[in-house]
Formats: sequence, structure tokens, C-alpha cells
Amino acid sequence: MSVTTGVDGPPKVAFFNDPKVRAIGIQAILIAVLLFFGWQIIQNTLANLEKANIASGWGFLDTAAGFDLSFTLIPYSESSTYGRAITVGILNTILVAFCGIITATIIGFLVGVMRLSKNWLVSKVAEIYIEVMRNVPLLIQMFIWYKVVLAALPSPRSAWSIADTIFLSNRGITIPKFIWGDGAWMIAVAVIAAIIGIVILSKWAHKRQEATGEQFPVFLTSLGILIGLPLLTYLALGSPVEFEFPEQGNFNLRGGVGLVPEFAALYFALSIYTAAFIAEIVRSGILAVNKGQTEASYALGLRPGPALRLVVIPQAMRVIIPPLASQYLNLTKNSSLAVAIGFPELVAAGGTVMNQSGQAVEIIAIWMAVYLTISLLTSAFMNWFNNRMKLVER
Amino acid sequence: MKRTLLSLALGTAVSLAGISAASAGTLDDVKAKGFIQCGVSQGLIGFSNPDDKNNWTGLDVDFCRAVAGAVFGDGQKVKFTPLSAKERFTALQSGEVDILSRNTTWTMGRDTSLGLVFAGVTYYDGQGFMVKKSLGVDSSLKLDGASVCTQTGTTTELNLADYFRANNMKYEVVAFEKADEVIAAYDSGRCDVFTTDQSGLYAERLKLKNPDENVVLPEIISKEPLGPVVRQGDDAWFNVVKWTYFALLNAEEAGVTAANAGDMMANSTDPGVRRLLGVEGDFGKAIGLENSWAANAIKAVGNYGEMFDRNVGPETNLKIGRGVNALWNKGGIQYAPPVR
Repeated sequence: MSVTTGVDGPPKVAFFNDPKVRAIGIQAILIAVLLFFGWQIIQNTLANLEKANIASGWGFLDTAAGFDLSFTLIPYSESSTYGRAITVGILNTILVAFCGIITATIIGFLVGVMRLSKNWLVSKVAEIYIEVMRNVPLLIQMFIWYKVVLAALPSPRSAWSIADTIFLSNRGITIPKFIWGDGAWMIAVAVIAAIIGIVILSKWAHKRQEATGEQFPVFLTSLGILIGLPLLTYLALGSPVEFEFPEQGNFNLRGGVGLVPEFAALYFALSIYTAAFIAEIVRSGILAVNKGQTEASYALGLRPGPALRLVVIPQAMRVIIPPLASQYLNLTKNSSLAVAIGFPELVAAGGTVMNQSGQAVEIIAIWMAVYLTISLLTSAFMNWFNNRMKLVER
Repeated sequence: MKRTLLSLALGTAVSLAGISAASAGTLDDVKAKGFIQCGVSQGLIGFSNPDDKNNWTGLDVDFCRAVAGAVFGDGQKVKFTPLSAKERFTALQSGEVDILSRNTTWTMGRDTSLGLVFAGVTYYDGQGFMVKKSLGVDSSLKLDGASVCTQTGTTTELNLADYFRANNMKYEVVAFEKADEVIAAYDSGRCDVFTTDQSGLYAERLKLKNPDENVVLPEIISKEPLGPVVRQGDDAWFNVVKWTYFALLNAEEAGVTAANAGDMMANSTDPGVRRLLGVEGDFGKAIGLENSWAANAIKAVGNYGEMFDRNVGPETNLKIGRGVNALWNKGGIQYAPPVR
């Protein structure tokens, strides 16, 4: 084929009039301008901070913090660095977001399904729950939970206890601390082996059901493996784990590990508030599935439970997942309200660092970067999940 | 999220070259807008506390009124911005307030790395502990294992960590952003101990359900010199604030009060008093004010002793004695260079 045969070929245009070149050129210029603008802002900020004699830079992250935090997942003391204090905050944020998301999802699905129940009482209870919880501001709910938790529980001197091992007081829940002995890592290996076994089992059961139609009690067997295997390992090793039991001290319980009431208040408030929104999302998802699907599954002889579980919900998930992801992101970001009830998550811990070190711009940058990262990871996971749950067209 | 907004404001403010807060003269700005924006606490009895009609009273508040008196000849030309411990420095750095008079401890770090300077010490304080009487504790050395409520972003939480570490004691800290949240948590039994500056302990105790069931322990574990703060690199404004403070001290030393200041201006023959009140010399002009600047400040709030007695002294609910806050010639350490 010849390109230069004349009339049929595209007319020759000047280089700068080529639409392709133009499109790319304009975008390149725009990006360059944006980068230059951002660079200017950073340079100006640095220059002006210096002019105002305000210290800047990241060196402060290695300075000793000098303050304590009430709840840490990693070893932390007042001689740890500012950087570590922020890490403690990040981990606390992730912990409360993770627990909150799981609980909110469970409650949300339950309430969402309840709302659609034909039973008048059940559906009204769900409706009242949703309307109350999603219309009262989260911060107020948090304060209420905190006051309730503190007011309802006794002082540590008269703490409620279960067989002197688990204590509940207005200082939180205290449980015995595990002290890992020799060979205790084998138990962790056993847990991992159990999980792998469960995955293989469920795949096998699925295949068998597709081939023969026979069902296998996967759930109960899995539970048995998950508890049994580590327990057997534990006994076979001769009980390598010791417990440090909490006991009454002068002021607080000594020993053991504790969960502070601030965490409980934050966790309850976040889960229950977000669950109300998730319930509505679930309801909308279920209602989006054509009624014919339900009728068809009844016609095939499925009872309402399995019909909902096997036919309706899998199709509803397509509608549910995208808004559900937004709720997860909201929950994570809402955890920053904990600053009001004294739980040291990212904003509270970072705020303390900001005030003690005076490095406001850097801390704000860290906050933004961390929330952005957590949110993008959550989104990425939910997108992956959404792709998996898509209708598979055969 | 006011704090975040403040910080963003700071970021933006420092981003825009030429509008940088430190480069403008605060004294000129203040004169142009006709009032002083004064950063105070969110409510600490005796230091800065609003009543139900939003009239602010207290030692820190009166100091701002004294500066307003010196600049405008009218102690009422002040607007107050309540700030949490966390917000306070950012608010000053970003220019939201002209002066921070908010029971703020003078430390080397704050004086050198925040772009701020302390103009004096209006109250020498120290950190103490308060516990419930029912615990039967009579010394802070017996607090091993206790839960301690405190305010975040303060020197208090740093001293607390130092003190327990130095004495090899364990503790659990519960830190809140607002003073009211701290005292509410202590009152509800979340903590065994409440810690802040000792003056603050007496002030906050009045807010408890049963003040008499709580006792302030005798130990003072730190030095907490509290004073007004201004932006670094703004010497004219710094001088005004610093010398207003000195003028109040000098006035007490010379026996000039709010009531007799006018009379002393007309009739005093003491050259020190005549210079202070602007009858002799041009000291006011030297700091960019009227020569009667000190007289106006004293007329607005009285001398330092009057200010102290009215807000925190033995006649008030706080019942705090002068102690180290007495003048240097009365056994204390409050001392001002002469007006000469």
C-alpha cells in the first residue's frame, strides 16, 4: 500500500496543527505548569517559615517525644521518638477502622435485611434504628457512648470480674496477658496451617457439590480445624504459654493487658453509626434485584433463607459494593473525631506531636498522606472485590 | 476542625510571600484596626474566663486590657479569641491573634523554634496534682500505678512523664484536647489524678461536682513561668507588650493604683512616678505610643498587685497568696527594670 497516492490520504498539515501533537502538547504544558505551581508553593512556604523563624524539616521525627500515650499496639514510652508516636497513632487508626468496618458491615447487613422483613415489629425496629442513628451527629453519639461507658462501669477497686481473670471497670477491660514460652511459635504455624487447610477444604467441597450435588458441612468442619489444630499443638508442646493474671493494685489493676474505654466508645459509635447507612445500602441493593428472581427461586423450591443468601444477595452485591466502599472510607476518616474523647489515634497523637514540636505544616502533610494512603488502599481492595462479585456472563 | 483550619491558614499565610505575618508591624496593624485581638484560654477561672454575657475576666484577660489601655487609652478595645492548648501557637503564628495571653509556659523550645517570643512572666506557677480525698493519698510519690488525666499539647504532659519516670513509678495517661473534657473525665472517675499548673488545679476544682472531696497534693513538680507571647521579629510590638508588663510592676512598687493614677499624674513629685506616668520624659513616644501610655494601662486594670488580688488573690474563690509572685522587695521574684 502506498501512502502517497494523493486524494485518499489525510491532507498534510503543519506539525503544530496536528490534533495528536496538540492534545499531548497541551496536557504536557498543563502538567508542567501544575508542577511548577506546586514547587513554588513548597519553596515559598519554606522560605517564609525560615523568615518567621519557625523551624521546619523532618528532623523532628527522630527527637524524643517526652509524652505518653494511653493505648499502644507497639512498645512505646515517653523516651520514644515523635516518629514512633505517630506510628502508634497510625496503627490505632487502622485498628479501630478495621474493627469498626467489620462490625458495621455485620450489623448493617442484619438491619438492612430486617428492614425488609414481612414481620411488622422486626421491620419497625430496624427502621427506628436507622432513622435515629443516622440522624444524630456522630460526635454526639461518641460523647454519649463515652459517658455511658464511664457511668455504667464501676471503679477499678470494685471492678466486675469473671472468675478473677477478666476484669471490667471504668478503666476498661483487662484480660490475662499471654507470655509466650519455648516453641510457642508452633501454635502460630498451626493456625496458619489450619487456615490453609480450610481454604483447600472449601474448594474441594465446592467442586464436589458441582459434580455430585452432595453438600458438605464446610462451616462446622472449618471451625473444628481452626480451634482443634492449634489446641492440639498447644497440648502436644506441653502448654508453652503462661498467663499473667491481672490483680488489684493501689489504683488500677496491675498486670494483664487492657483495652481502654475510649477505644470502646469510639468503636461502638463508629460501628453503630455507619451500620445505619450500610443497612440502607443493603436494602437498596436487595430491592434492586428483580422480584422475579425471588419468585423463580421459590418456584425452584428454595426456602426464603437460602433464596436470599444464594440468589438475591449475590446479585444485590453489585449494587451494594460501590457505596459500601464509600462508607468504609467515611468510617476510617470519622475515626479522627476520637480526638474529642482522648483516644490516641492518628489525629490525636499527631496533634500532640504538632503542639509539642511546633511543626504544624509537616504534621498536616503526614495526616493527609496517611489518610490518603489508607483510603486508596481501601478503595483498591473494594474495587478488586467488586470485580470479583461482578455478574459472570457465561 | 478549627485546629486544622488554623494550621491550613498558617500554611497558606506562610505560602504567600510578602503577606507573611512577621513582616508586618503588629503595632501599626493594631492601631489601624482599632482593637487588639487577644488569644485566651477556653475558660480557666482567675486567668481567662467568660461569664454568661461573654464578659471575660481574669489575670490574662486583664493583661490584654492593660496593653489596650497603653495603646488606645481604653482598656475595652480588646477582642478575645478562646484557644485550646493545641491551637494557641498556630493562632499566633498565623496572625489570627496579636498577643497570646493564655497561661502559657515559657520554655526554651517555644521561645526559639516557634517564631515566637515571651514578653515576661505574669504568673510564676508550678505543676501539681489533685486526687480524690477518698483515695487516702497524701503525696504524689504514692501515685504509682495511677491513671492521670491531663490536657494534650501542654508542658504538663511532658513534666508528668518526666516525674513518673524519674521516680520510677508507672502510670496511665489519658489526654484530652480541652480543659473541660479533662476535668469531666476526672470527675466521672476515669482517672485517679488530675494534673495541671497548681493555680489551674484550684481553679478547676471549683468546677467539680463536689470540690471539697478533692485535695491538691503538696508537691510542685515543675517550674511553670506563665506569660504573654508575641511573634518573633516584631520588636515594636514586643516592646509595647513587655513594657506594659513592666509598667504594671513598677506601678505597684511606686504605689500607683487605678484609683490614684490621675491624681498622681497631677500632683506627684516623685521623679520615678512622673517618668512612669509620662509627665516627664518621652518614654511613650519611644515605643510608638502616647506619653501617658502607662497611666492609661494602670487606669484600665490597676497595677499588678490589684490585678492579682482581683482575679486570683486571697479574697477570691481561688484564695491564692502572692508567694513568689510578690514584688522583689516583698519576698517574691516579680521585678521590673526602671523607666528611665
